[in-house]
Amino acid sequence: MLTISTTFTGKGLAKSIHTDAKVSSPSSQLPNQKSVMLPSWIFQKIPSLITSHISPSPLERRDILVRLSSSGNEFSQPYLARSEREVICSFPSYFLYSSLCAEAMATGQLFSRTTQALFYNYKQLPIQRMLDFDFLCGRETPSVAGIINPGAEGFQKLFFGQEEIAIPVHSTIEAACAAHPTADVFINFASFRSAAASSMSALKQPTIRVVAIIAEGVPESDTKQLIAYARSNNKVVIGPATVGGIQAGAFKIGDTAGTIDNIIQCKLYRPGSVGFVSKSGGMSNEMYNTIARVTDGIYEGIAIGGDVFPGSTLSDHILRFNNIPQVKMMVVLGELGGRDEYSLVEALKQGKVNKPVVAWVSGTCARLFKSEVQFGHAGAKSGGEMESAQAKNQALKEAGAVVPTSYEAFEAAIKETFDKLVEEGKITPIKDVKPPQIPEDLNSAIKSGKVRAPTHIISTISDDRGEEPCYAGVPMSSIVEQGFGVGDVISLLWFKRSLPRYCTKFIEICVMLCADHGPCVSGAHNTIVTARAGKDLVSSLVSGLLTIGPRFGGAIDDAARYFKDAYDRGLTPYEFVESMKKKGIRVPGIGHRIKRGDNRDKRVELLQLFARTNFPSVKYMEYAVQVETYTLSKANNLVLNVDGAIGSLFLDLLAGSGMFTKQEIDEIVEIGYLNGLFVLARSIGLIGHTFDQKRLKQPLYRHPWEDVLYTKWGMVVWFLDDLFVRLNGGSPSFPSCPAPQFPQHENTVKAVAFFAAM
Amino acid sequence: MARKKIREYDSKRLLKEHLKRLVHIDLPICSAQVTESTDFTELLEKESWLSQRRLVVKPDMLFGKRGKSGLVALNLDFAGAVEFIKKRLGQEIEIEGCKGPITTFIIEPFIPHKEEYYLAISSERLGFNISFSECGGIEIEENWDKVNSIFLPTKSPLTDEAIAPLIADLPSEIGKKIGNFMKGVFAVFQDLDFSFIEMNPFTLVDGEAYPLDMRGELDENAAFKNEDKWGNLEFPLPFGRVLSPEESFILDLNDKTSASLKFTLLNPKGRIWNMIAGGGASLIYTDTVGDLGCATELGNYTEYGGPSEEEMLKLARVILDCATANPDGRKRSILIGGNIANLTDVGATFDGIIRALKEKKSELKEANIHIYVRRGGPNYLTGLAKMQAVGEELGIPVEVYGPEAVMTGICNRAIEGM
Repeated sequence: MLTISTTFTGKGLAKSIHTDAKVSSPSSQLPNQKSVMLPSWIFQKIPSLITSHISPSPLERRDILVRLSSSGNEFSQPYLARSEREVICSFPSYFLYSSLCAEAMATGQLFSRTTQALFYNYKQLPIQRMLDFDFLCGRETPSVAGIINPGAEGFQKLFFGQEEIAIPVHSTIEAACAAHPTADVFINFASFRSAAASSMSALKQPTIRVVAIIAEGVPESDTKQLIAYARSNNKVVIGPATVGGIQAGAFKIGDTAGTIDNIIQCKLYRPGSVGFVSKSGGMSNEMYNTIARVTDGIYEGIAIGGDVFPGSTLSDHILRFNNIPQVKMMVVLGELGGRDEYSLVEALKQGKVNKPVVAWVSGTCARLFKSEVQFGHAGAKSGGEMESAQAKNQALKEAGAVVPTSYEAFEAAIKETFDKLVEEGKITPIKDVKPPQIPEDLNSAIKSGKVRAPTHIISTISDDRGEEPCYAGVPMSSIVEQGFGVGDVISLLWFKRSLPRYCTKFIEICVMLCADHGPCVSGAHNTIVTARAGKDLVSSLVSGLLTIGPRFGGAIDDAARYFKDAYDRGLTPYEFVESMKKKGIRVPGIGHRIKRGDNRDKRVELLQLFARTNFPSVKYMEYAVQVETYTLSKANNLVLNVDGAIGSLFLDLLAGSGMFTKQEIDEIVEIGYLNGLFVLARSIGLIGHTFDQKRLKQPLYRHPWEDVLYTKWGMVVWFLDDLFVRLNGGSPSFPSCPAPQFPQHENTVKAVAFFAAM
Repeated sequence: MARKKIREYDSKRLLKEHLKRLVHIDLPICSAQVTESTDFTELLEKESWLSQRRLVVKPDMLFGKRGKSGLVALNLDFAGAVEFIKKRLGQEIEIEGCKGPITTFIIEPFIPHKEEYYLAISSERLGFNISFSECGGIEIEENWDKVNSIFLPTKSPLTDEAIAPLIADLPSEIGKKIGNFMKGVFAVFQDLDFSFIEMNPFTLVDGEAYPLDMRGELDENAAFKNEDKWGNLEFPLPFGRVLSPEESFILDLNDKTSASLKFTLLNPKGRIWNMIAGGGASLIYTDTVGDLGCATELGNYTEYGGPSEEEMLKLARVILDCATANPDGRKRSILIGGNIANLTDVGATFDGIIRALKEKKSELKEANIHIYVRRGGPNYLTGLAKMQAVGEELGIPVEVYGPEAVMTGICNRAIEGM
């Protein structure tokens, strides 16, 4: 037992505080150490001690000095204030921890129920598994304090039991350690390429005490650097190439012990009496089951990893277990290759281990292989005779370990050893607790067929889940291999079927014809203006696209609708045109600014030629031509324009291909496929205009004053017109160009009254 | 991935190149490699010293004691060397119980010498073992008591003081030369991620160190850091290990993936075949079959970890092909085993195996295959149910066990009635 005086002084405090903390440490005063060990609760307590004594005046950083002293050693540190009243204590715990680490391997406990870790390289599953384990053990705080994800910051949402919690994400190890000074375990899920560097910088953090490295394939020379640093700085490395370890009922590293079901099966949610260490992570999980079957369960289990040079060794952990009072016996699963087992043999011979050790070294099969074999683990290699499983088993047995005759007899040997301890009264039965139920994750419940959940989105045109994406069931590779064009892709994604080549070729011609129509049309104009305002490509493109509607670009859609309606109802061109006129609607697809009856649009002629040559039927187009003949008799400029040609021919494509039902054709025309064609085609031009303006470095566009008619009188004309319409209750006087809707302002009424009186 | 031995030719190539780069020592060594595909005329054009000097020829096949085995030819001219090689190329020899053909030779200048020094550096967990002896050569094992060793902790530099105990008995001038050479070799060792270097012997030519024979071992895990430094490097198989087409196929597959896939054919006529997940468990299953007295019936050693369904399918196909290749009416067993997985989705792994089983339906029946499955871990119930179902579908006896059963219990089941 050790008393530590903690004194807080400073102008921010109402008075200076003095507390004595009793610290129980396995070896209370460590010889030759300049510092002492403090449990983590003291760190957690310091901020609240300070905040509860803060005077009304706001705090400033470095106002308060925290002084810890013990046995003549003294250390002080200003605290950090994050805000007026919130205090975080970034106590340089290396001062305090150094002694703990000094003897960590020898004194025992690495973890406790309050141990918190920093998790490097965000992986959802292992972190969630750690938190589930915490909840199962009844921990109050999650065992993951923070996540380090290089280059990212913020929070990650994870479950702690039924509740969701947000775990802070930091972009650097230093930032994470500063923010979570009580987290002393670093769980490294980096790849083998970067695991060594990140582990080294973690080891160099004063707050980090234990580093677990999961990656397999870390270069030996890098691991050796980590081992050397850890040894001289009294820190512990677990791994590389390991799943980690677990202290039952307290703390678990990453994926150790697998699923929740398995953890419950192995009773890992509460401590037993057995310390276990092995090289293999997979086999450690197997052994947790075995041990749970024949004993009261695991107290702590560590997988040191299968590498040639593990960060900590079998014997390191056995010696540590020997100093943990709750551990009553130890189980070791070694492997051929390496000489680590011999340091355990030495420790046994020297009497450094006074608890029963049941050990087995696997790999007796190596002698079956004639030449040298590299087994699954890097360290598992038939070296010399001394490194063979047989020799190691023999040596362990001679040194006093319980060594079975085969792996199959391992379980019985463990049972026998445990039963003997029970008989001798060295193990008192553990009162079993029932762990809380962990809600199952939706994904795993669905996978196991226990629940079903409705989907939120339905898709019928493409699927990206398989080996390669498919468009309407056609794999991307065959689209390329069969030499499909953009028209075929449109056919698959829009119509969900492979249309004949003449159809897709027609679609492609339409796209080409509609791609652009010069800089003066309103869409292109908007795009140009936006691009010149310094906006990005997408903004410029959409400002042009947003112009597309009933007056700009909408004619194809309308032409198809009206032609279809008229033809299907059997209207003669005369009836059709006149009925439109009566409704005050200009016939879409008819009329051109330049082209005349004797000077036809070349594009229209090409489309018609293509269709007549390739389409099985061109009845809608023929109908459109008849309509044109009639309108030309009224005025020479009322020719079938390119919109009318595309609209009518598209109807022929749909009807003539024989691949669409009547309902499908109605729907295609109804929901605006043709407009889609125009949008797609014109995007090509709009993107071109954007790049053009940017390339030309055109400045901000401003419309010239000279080009604007500034007049109040114009407004009045509209007001009068509007009034006239209202008074007569009739149709607007400029039907094709409806008047803008002015808000009913009181001035409007006054103005109208004024002019009416004139 | 682990420690891999490299050929003497490559050891010397790396040493020469990087001694020069790191410590500016220019080793006057020359070596040429000869294999079946070597064109001697071309070789002579490239390495003109071959026709100008007397030569030494020896196999470069990762085995030692070549001198004692009469496989080293000294003091030949080029024609003599070619004749020596042609006589032995492809010839099968036996070294310490391992049989295999000689496929690779190294030719070097013949260096008459008196002194034979021994130098070895090996990487240990906490540092490096450096050994030196004035009595190197083929009698080194008889003179092992004359070898001095020092242990250099990981972060310590190799200083003159550290080396002093090794070369204390040498005349100071020679000691200084050899000490410098050691420092250079150690620098190369560290810089190139060697895990072992041995020169037995090296000598002095014109007062400068000159390695005559050399062995090297690299840490393959460090390959990603050393791509440029190692250059075009081959990791040959241990001598006597000739890969079957199936083994090369899996080795190739293993090299292309982050998953671990290992397959060693032990006995093509064996009647117990393994398909075991995990480095630790695969070893124990193999042990257990041996413990049960059936070592001679063991067809293969296999270990897999983290394969995709496609990779698992390919591995399973190979094992099933081998297991069904020699039907004789007697019972054959396939062990689909593993420990209780920490994170592997057992159901998904089994999908690949099941696809392979379905492909080989008739072969499995003809070979009287019995399948024994034992696995636990994420989604294991689904996996076991699928296995059971495929057995019924194909009409092949399949027994499945979960985590409640002893891991190696299926080994007993497999040998029953064999």
